[in-house]
Amino acid sequence: MINTGITVEKNTLLGKTLPELKLIVEELGLPGFVATQLAYWLYKTNIQSFDEMTNISKKLRQQLADHYDLGIVQFVKVQQSADGTKKYLFPVSSHKFIETAFIPDARRNTLCVSSQVGCKMGCLFCATGKQGFQAQLSSGQILNQLRSIPEREMISNIVFMGMGEPFDNVEAVLNATEILTADYGFGLSVRKVTVSTIGIIPAMELFLRQSKCNLAVSMHSPFDDERRRIMPIQHVYPIKDVIEAINKSDPGKYRRISIEYIVFGGMNDTPKHVKELARLLNKTRCRINLIRFHPVPNAPLPPTDEVRMAEFQRALNEKGIVTTIRASRGLDIDAACGLLSTKALVQNENSDF
Amino acid sequence: MNTIESKPLIKLKAVTILSNTEISPNVFVLSFRRDLAFRAGQVLGLAMQANDDARLYSIASGENDENTDILYNIKPGGKLTPNLAILEPGDVLWISPPFGTYEGSSEPAYWIAAGTGIAPFISMYRSGMGDNKILIHGGRTLDSFYFSDSLLNDFGARYVRCCSQQQEEGVYAGRVTQYLEEAEELPLDQKYYLCGSAEMVVESREILISKGIPFNNIVAEIYF
Repeated sequence: MINTGITVEKNTLLGKTLPELKLIVEELGLPGFVATQLAYWLYKTNIQSFDEMTNISKKLRQQLADHYDLGIVQFVKVQQSADGTKKYLFPVSSHKFIETAFIPDARRNTLCVSSQVGCKMGCLFCATGKQGFQAQLSSGQILNQLRSIPEREMISNIVFMGMGEPFDNVEAVLNATEILTADYGFGLSVRKVTVSTIGIIPAMELFLRQSKCNLAVSMHSPFDDERRRIMPIQHVYPIKDVIEAINKSDPGKYRRISIEYIVFGGMNDTPKHVKELARLLNKTRCRINLIRFHPVPNAPLPPTDEVRMAEFQRALNEKGIVTTIRASRGLDIDAACGLLSTKALVQNENSDF
Repeated sequence: MNTIESKPLIKLKAVTILSNTEISPNVFVLSFRRDLAFRAGQVLGLAMQANDDARLYSIASGENDENTDILYNIKPGGKLTPNLAILEPGDVLWISPPFGTYEGSSEPAYWIAAGTGIAPFISMYRSGMGDNKILIHGGRTLDSFYFSDSLLNDFGARYVRCCSQQQEEGVYAGRVTQYLEEAEELPLDQKYYLCGSAEMVVESREILISKGIPFNNIVAEIYF
């Protein structure tokens, strides 16, 4: 065969839901039960090649391999924090990389996964936002972050709080959450999977209709003007509309809604903010999760101190809003909230300016 | 602002296309009669069918213009723009009501755009807000400077074109971000409106902040 130098990328099987696997199997003219076998090998085992799928005949395995890749990709780097947090670097294509944070603690082992390479949202306080947007992840590339780490078996919780805005890639995220929580998939409880958004309303409404997983909303300010200055999305999807959409959606008895709130000392932690948060969330069954601001280079926003943080938490609790403070984990390896970035590895070949 | 599903609970209404003109390779201006009031800088959702997910685009015409214009480029493999590009006068398009709070004002300001991100500033300019503005537009090639004839005429030296891949007299050779880096004495008390891709907006914002401009004076709209 003449080598043309052109590589045709095969579609991947990791990230396919069971109905999608059934279609693939049907199209290849294979027996229907092969779809269930594939789901087992993809999501319940650690196999790395078609050859290890021992209950599928060699001939069928070859047929699958002729048309598809498994989609399993090894991480290329791991950093470990003094507090036990680990940060994995995965390649998703040439020159494009994502980070994934493994956060163990006494009660749970959480994996923080990315949904995009970079992010389009441009929030002022976020390191990922500073690298711009490079690519969408497929559902397989999202799930690979769980499948291909050594801690896979001990993960109890998945949070979509890594790089990217999950609801700017909602189809892949919905497929990934289905596979994470399906019996044929990773079998996690829907209560252990949380998708975090800045509030892209149409995609959020789709998620609330189609998934029972938890929802986290990055609010950071209840005030229109203030939020617009730090989160450009506020221009088109104001936070009050986001909350109203959640209230209208009948979020379900068991779904946990949390409001993520990075505290900027003296800026968004005043009594005025407490009052407005209480008013805005009056009809919403939710909790507020306060997050310390981890300064990113040149971000003109103030961090807070522990005293102010505790005072803000107390004031919100007194208003009847269950408010917790998120532990900052992995700070020494830039794995903490808002610090994930693969900017140093980005090659900007497609800029429009 | 574009390429995201719009509010599905908002009912879309049908409009008839008046024109759909390719003004530069793969860049079009689509027009339909304006029958809804809007504020310059706002977006509206566009869809091919009544029940499709609408995608958001900044309006590129004036508040009092007879027609509403949308500036868009074809995104290869996109769900909407390849279909938009084959629409002809008389065809039907579905639109949402205008919304959003990225709005201009009569105060002196800088308008900084890349690519089709110039759309909201064209709307503001055609709504009479251009007189005290400095418009800086970035593009890869010389044919990226849409509406440059009228902008050159009305803005004169207040209209700066930054071209990263081609050169021409009167056009700054380099990216819009490089222009901002080199700019001297940018006023600290004026608003800086940014509109374009995430890369352009976050890089420009960082440069402005490094030059001492308070982030409260930076108003960003990102295409997503």
